[in-house]
Amino acid sequence: MEVNVKDIEFLPDDFEFVGDKQDISIDVVAPAKPAWKEAIDIFMKNKGAVIGLIMIAIIVLLAIFAPMLSSYKYDDLNTALQSISPNMEHWFGTDTLGRDLWVRLWTGARISLFVAVCAVFIDVIVGTTYGMISGYFGGMVDSVMQRIQEIINSIPTLVVLTLLLMVMKSSLTTIVFALSLTEWIGMSRIVRAQVLKVKEEEFVLASRTLGAKSFFIIFKEILPNIYSQMIIMIMMSIPNAIFYEAYLSFVGLGLPAPNASLGTLINDGFESFLVYPYMMLIPAVVLSILMLSFNLFGDGLRDALDPTMKEM
Amino acid sequence: MSKSTLKYIGKRLLISLVTLFVILVVLFLIVKLLPGSPINNERLSDAQRAAIEAKYGLDQPILTQFVTYVKNMLTGDFGVSYNMYKDMPVSSLVGSAAKISFLYGLSAVVIGGLLGTLLGIFAALHKNTIWDTLATVISVIGVSVPSFVFAMMILILFASWLHILPTQYSSFSPIVSSIMPVMALSVGVIANVARFTRTEMVSVMNSEYMTLAEAKGLDSKTLIFKHALRNALIPVVTILGPILVNLMTGTMVVEKICGVPGLGKLLINSILSNDVNIILACSFLYAAMYIVMMLIIDVSYGIIDPRIRLGKEDS
Amino acid sequence: MAERERVLKIRDLSISFKTGNGKVNAIRGVNFDLYKGETVAIVGESGSGKSVTTKAIMGILANNGTIDSGSIEYTWHDENTGEAITKDIVQLSKKEMQKEIRGRKIAMVFQDPMTSLNPTMTIGKQVMEPMMFHYGKSKQEAYQRAVELLKEVGITDAEKRMKNYPHQLSGGMRQRIVIAIALSCDPYVLICDEPTTALDVTIQAKILELIQDIQKKKDLSVIYITHDLGVVAKVADFVNVMYAGKIVETGTINEIFYDPKHPYTWGLLSSMPDLDTNDDELYTIPGTPPNLTQEIKGDAFAPRNQYALNIDLRLDPPMFDVPGSDTHKVASWLMHEKAPKVEMPESLKRRIEKMKEEGLKNG
Repeated sequence: MEVNVKDIEFLPDDFEFVGDKQDISIDVVAPAKPAWKEAIDIFMKNKGAVIGLIMIAIIVLLAIFAPMLSSYKYDDLNTALQSISPNMEHWFGTDTLGRDLWVRLWTGARISLFVAVCAVFIDVIVGTTYGMISGYFGGMVDSVMQRIQEIINSIPTLVVLTLLLMVMKSSLTTIVFALSLTEWIGMSRIVRAQVLKVKEEEFVLASRTLGAKSFFIIFKEILPNIYSQMIIMIMMSIPNAIFYEAYLSFVGLGLPAPNASLGTLINDGFESFLVYPYMMLIPAVVLSILMLSFNLFGDGLRDALDPTMKEM
Repeated sequence: MSKSTLKYIGKRLLISLVTLFVILVVLFLIVKLLPGSPINNERLSDAQRAAIEAKYGLDQPILTQFVTYVKNMLTGDFGVSYNMYKDMPVSSLVGSAAKISFLYGLSAVVIGGLLGTLLGIFAALHKNTIWDTLATVISVIGVSVPSFVFAMMILILFASWLHILPTQYSSFSPIVSSIMPVMALSVGVIANVARFTRTEMVSVMNSEYMTLAEAKGLDSKTLIFKHALRNALIPVVTILGPILVNLMTGTMVVEKICGVPGLGKLLINSILSNDVNIILACSFLYAAMYIVMMLIIDVSYGIIDPRIRLGKEDS
Repeated sequence: MAERERVLKIRDLSISFKTGNGKVNAIRGVNFDLYKGETVAIVGESGSGKSVTTKAIMGILANNGTIDSGSIEYTWHDENTGEAITKDIVQLSKKEMQKEIRGRKIAMVFQDPMTSLNPTMTIGKQVMEPMMFHYGKSKQEAYQRAVELLKEVGITDAEKRMKNYPHQLSGGMRQRIVIAIALSCDPYVLICDEPTTALDVTIQAKILELIQDIQKKKDLSVIYITHDLGVVAKVADFVNVMYAGKIVETGTINEIFYDPKHPYTWGLLSSMPDLDTNDDELYTIPGTPPNLTQEIKGDAFAPRNQYALNIDLRLDPPMFDVPGSDTHKVASWLMHEKAPKVEMPESLKRRIEKMKEEGLKNG
């Protein structure tokens, strides 16, 4: 690449200063994007996450509208139409009692989603409150609450769930209650850690000396710091709750008949699944897709919202 | 092992014992407070029922019952079955069931751990190629899809279509019977381990100390196996806890599908037939197993990672 | 000067990286030489391509990096016959690089000692490893040598330290270990990539002295990568000033410090922190280095150069020889005979005067 200077033809003004024609004091930097836009960009680049989001949207829409738009009802028995394989009239076939499985499936998905969202909602409230109290008061209160939490945490979820459902009559409320009992600990840990951090900051000390109610200041301070972790946590908890609901139903501790959830459908289908595999396969596949979508979506959100947790 | 390590282990042991005791109390209370009589037979007259309850010591105050239970437990006696297997000692029922479940779980951890590690390393070393994407897709599916769905699919594939494996457990051919459930249980382990190993391996390979090791002029075999692998695998120990939880729930459903007479199936059946002593023993065993495993994981993590000094940072 | 023996000869080296945002031309035609027992410094802002150059010499470019053109010729004497062998590292296979060159003939000291040692391997193992790997030394031999090395780099209690893990040592100690590892295979060339940047100020000088001592003792050739001109002044014989993947000025230490010609070098020298000067008219370099994913037209420095000429926007300047010196070269159109005469800023002139005086005083 050696250029011989003598070969270059110079223009007449080549050796004049550029001078004021360029302003060297201006940094040519790409304009910074607002954080949320950046997050959306990162998220949209993640194909898996976008697919997950779309799948969730489709399943949610189907769960809401499919039963409404069908001429069948989820508990319509029809002894003349027992165990019919999927066809044009009954898209997903009928079960051993002649109920239309297309409608039952989406009603079931609706209930599974409802249970999961409710359970996670309660998780967030319980976890946040527990973490706030534990972190804010500190000292004895904190240690006692932490020990209690440790003990609860060391009982496997499955034992807690099974026992709870033995004691209480299984219904929608008890299942929601049981599920919310197991997942709040992660939430409370995040909140507690954040409270401990914010508590030490100067403006909180300052406002406390001025007699302000620092409890509320802390709460206001903490929310913006943990909202991304909270959203990630929620998105990771929902598939967990869906799974445990299905597990309970499958084990026989789920919703009483004729209610349907994805778990009870799988359980019902299991009775005759070697003869009519579609009865169990279809809800199982929908359950798997739902969990897969939430996981993909959750991963995408984590990468977009919390760069420190990002995988390389 | 240093003094502080031993002290830490001792402390952890003590906490675990206390936790176990608390769990036992709670379990015992729940089981005792269950509505209805623990004796299922509907045809019994009140007098007969009272006689049977007296025989089992169920007429005593709850505290006395508890003390007796704990005393017997320490000698390995967990009472007898009231309903399912009339008067059979629970310890032998639970023992034989636990043996099967434990073996399945262990095989799934060993097989899944090995394959998962290999898959994770493979993906990390082929980062951003089609192989990596493929491995990632496999592991995301494996993490998301519940093990009982896998169990079903394997069952339909191998038993119903190909007819090469039995549909249900048979005590005459325990090894052949174990293939399906162990396969179903391993999938989740493989996926979890692979995902985590890949992430760790990628971050280790990008680390400064790997550049230095490379600058030493070591070959890639030494680099990967002597330098990267150990650092990448140490954190994998931390996900053994969650994997264990998955496996426990997994065994319950997989055992149901494959008809395995394991701990999960025993627990479910005992719940459905209200056989309190079996419920109590099974739940307690699950909790105990979990706590012991977590203890082992914690302590071993501290021993294999020289940076962590057990007992120094205890918060 | 006649018997100077050339160890490294780099010509027209160009390196690019494939990234998500396109191809990055990190190195664009770099030339320089390294002679036996001498020290060359490569100076520049972060992202100017200093580290990439040395990684190419070590053959440890990241996977997405490729050497597009150029040669890196390395000359050494055969251990037995004493015969001089010259090989182009660029042409060597990965295997040859790893077996023959890396670690064995060229070794490297890294920037951050806190992260550059394997956290789960004892110090001893890490120091012994290269000797056992390259020279097939037995464990005992390697152990003896490792203890000697640790003593050589100034570590007390060497035997005890052999069993320690990196997290048990301080930053300065760890950097000594990294140096010991680099020396373990008796290399001819030592590359120091910002060896003191991550250390406490009090330890920086000690580490620099250590490297200089060892260099003298073993007649090593050293390449320093740094953005710190203070370090350069202390250790280097020759200086290459790098900007946007090109060397823009090269010369002996005196030429660069006392008679800089390139406006970028002026900027670097002026922005050197100095306790004595309290000039308000400090010349600083405005703006940021260019985005190397885009094709650069003309002189890469022009947009930040207050002395930019029209031709700078059109043509990349070649290396001009500075009259009266065969070592001092500058890539700037200001050196062309038709260019207007530009003097360095007054404040820098005063600074250099002062440096010269101090230089005389110190010997």
